[in-house]
Amino acid sequence: MVEYEIKPVAKLGFGVDELWRYRELFYFYTWRDIKVRYKQTFFGFAWAVMQPILMMVLFTFFFGKKLGVPSDSIPYPIFVFTGLLMWNIFSSGLTSASNSIINNAHIIKKIYFPRLIIPLSSVMVTLFDFLMALSIYLVLLFYYGINVNVFEVTGALILALLITALTTFGLGTFLAALNIKYRDFKYVIPYTIQVLLFVSPVIYPVSIVTSAWAKYLLAINPLSGAITLLRSAISDVPPDWNMVLISACCALVYFIGGVLYFKSSETYFADIV
Amino acid sequence: MFKIHHNAGGYLSLRERLSGLYKLGKNNDEDFWAVKDVTFSVNPGESKAVIGRNGSGKSTLLKILSKITPPTKGKIITRGRMASLLEVGTGFHPELTGRENIFFNGSLLGMKKKEIENKFDEIVDFSGVEKFLDTPLKHYSSGMQLRLAFSVAAFLDSEILVIDEVLAVGDMDFQKKCLDKIETVTKSGRTILFVSHNMAAIRALCSSVLVLDKGQVRYHGDVAHGIDHYMSISSSFEEQPGVFNLEQHPSKKIKQSGLVEARLIRDGKPNYLFFPGGPFKGEFDFAGMAPDAEVGFRMVIKDSYFQSMVNITNHDLGLRLQANKSGAGTVVFEMDVLPVYGDGTYYIDLQFGDEAKYKDTIENALSFKLEPKDVFGTGKFLNPKINTVFPGKVTINVQ
Repeated sequence: MVEYEIKPVAKLGFGVDELWRYRELFYFYTWRDIKVRYKQTFFGFAWAVMQPILMMVLFTFFFGKKLGVPSDSIPYPIFVFTGLLMWNIFSSGLTSASNSIINNAHIIKKIYFPRLIIPLSSVMVTLFDFLMALSIYLVLLFYYGINVNVFEVTGALILALLITALTTFGLGTFLAALNIKYRDFKYVIPYTIQVLLFVSPVIYPVSIVTSAWAKYLLAINPLSGAITLLRSAISDVPPDWNMVLISACCALVYFIGGVLYFKSSETYFADIV
Repeated sequence: MFKIHHNAGGYLSLRERLSGLYKLGKNNDEDFWAVKDVTFSVNPGESKAVIGRNGSGKSTLLKILSKITPPTKGKIITRGRMASLLEVGTGFHPELTGRENIFFNGSLLGMKKKEIENKFDEIVDFSGVEKFLDTPLKHYSSGMQLRLAFSVAAFLDSEILVIDEVLAVGDMDFQKKCLDKIETVTKSGRTILFVSHNMAAIRALCSSVLVLDKGQVRYHGDVAHGIDHYMSISSSFEEQPGVFNLEQHPSKKIKQSGLVEARLIRDGKPNYLFFPGGPFKGEFDFAGMAPDAEVGFRMVIKDSYFQSMVNITNHDLGLRLQANKSGAGTVVFEMDVLPVYGDGTYYIDLQFGDEAKYKDTIENALSFKLEPKDVFGTGKFLNPKINTVFPGKVTINVQ
C-alpha cells in the first residue's frame, strides 16, 4: 500500500527518485515525440539526416569556398559537420525544450507527473536526430580518408555530447519555465539562437581567436569547448584543455541552475500556463 | 482513504502578482481561497460524490487531490495507488494511430507498459474501434475518439479513483456501457471520488455526498439529503415561491439571451405546489432574440430520481411560437392534467432557442412539489411513496 501525502511544497531538489518511478512515462513521452516529429512527412526519418547535410553543403559553399574560412587543416565539409553535429543538438534541443511546456499545457492541466519529463524528452528527440547524423558523419570521415584513433574519437564524442546535452537541457528547462510566465521569450529565443551560431565556433575555428582571454570568454558558451574537443580528435591539433574545462564547468552550472529553477516553479505551471 | 485538513488553493494571487510586474510594480494583490477549511475522509470502498454549483471549488479540490496544483495550506493523505480522471483522452495525438494513443494515454494515466499490454485486447474490445486501430486518430469521428478515450480510462486499476464528469460519452448505447462499467467499478470495492452534475448517476453510483458551496462544505452525508440540499442551493426561490430567475441559473450557458424568468401558476398566482392530475401552468419570459424570430421550446418534467416523466416540445404539438418586435415574449405552457403522481420534488429542464434549434439547455431550472390528493375520489390518498405517472381514468373489473 502506497501512502502519499499531498501538502504545500517546501523542499527544493531534483526529484530523482520520483523521476525514476515515472521512467516508463518518460520512455513513452520520448517515443511519442519521435513518432510525431516525422509523421506526415514524405521523407520521414530521412529528414534527420538531410538537415545537417544540407547545412553542411551550404556552409561549405559560402564560408569554405567563397570566403575561405580556415579550418585547422581538416577538409571544410568535415570541419563544419563536426560543429553542426553539436550545434544542431543545441539549437533544436533548446527550441523544442523551451516550448515544450507550453505545447503540453493541456496535459499539464489534467494529469500530474514530474514535469521535468517533458523538456527531458524533447532533448532526447534531438539526441535521436544526433544519432542519425552521426552515422552520416562516420561515412564522411571514411569518405575523406581521415585517419582517426577510434578510442580518442569515441572519448571526445562522449565528453562533447555530455557537455552539449547538459547545456541544452539546463538552458532548455530554464527557458521552458520562464516561457510560461513571460511569453516574450517565445520571440526572443529564435533570435538568440541565430546570434549564438556566430558566437560558437561552428563555421570558424577557435584558432582565429588569438587573445587567450577572448578564447576563455568564448568557452563560457560550452559549445565552444565541445566542438573544439571533437575537432582536435580528428586532427593533429591538441585540444585546449583549459577551454574544455571551462566549458564543462559552465555546462554543469547551466544544468544545475536550470533544473533547480524549473523545479522551483513547476508546481504553478498548471495554474499559469 | 483521503484525509483533508484545511486545504486551500490561493494561487490566484500569484497570477495577479505576475500581471502586477508588467504594470511596473503596482501592487493589487487579493487573496482568493478557492477552497477553505474543507475536512473530510473517504473510507476504503466508499464512493463519494462531490457536488456544487459552478465556482463552488469542486475543480480546485479535484486539482489538489490530483496533485496538479499544490495546496497553500493543509494536507491530504492517500493510502493506495491513486489515479485521477479529470478528462478522458488526455494527450491523445491526432497524428498517432489508435494503438499508439492507447499506449501513451494509458501511460499518462499511470498504467505500466505490462498492464496496458495485458489489457490491450479488452480495451480495444470495449471501445469497438478494432478495425481502425492502425489508423491515425485524426481520421476517427469524434464519437470514436471519445469511446477509445473512455475505454483506456475504464481499465485503470488503481485503488483510488478521482473522476470528474467524464461520464456518458458517445452514443446512447455506449453511454449505457460506460455507466454499467462505472457501476461495476464502484461495486468492486474501490474508493471513488466522483464529481458530476448528473444527479441520476450520483444516485445510482454513490453512497455518500459532499456538497460544496463557495469553497466550503455545506453538507456531508447520505445521497438523498445531499441532493436535496444541493437543489435548495442551486434553485432557491428567495423572493416568491414559484418564481424562478433563470438569468443566473448555474447550468445556463448563454447568459445574455433566452429565458430570463419562469413562473409556475396555480389559480392565477405563482405557486410551487400542484395536485396530481390537476391543472398545470407555466409562464416563461424570454428576451434577446431576433425580432419576430420563431422560437422553439421544450419542457421536461423529472421525478426526484431524475427519471423523465414528461418531455414535450411545441414542435411535437405542431405549434409555432414567435417572438415580438423586440425579440422578447412569454411562452405560456398549460396542461389540463398534470400527469405525475408521487411523493417529493419534481424538477423541470428547459430548452429554448430559435429556428427550431435549441440553443440553450437549463437543467433543473424549476422545481415543484405535489400535494397529496384524493385523485380517484375514493376518500383515500394513494400511497405517495410511489413515483408514477398519473393514469387518468382507470377501470379494473372482473368480467
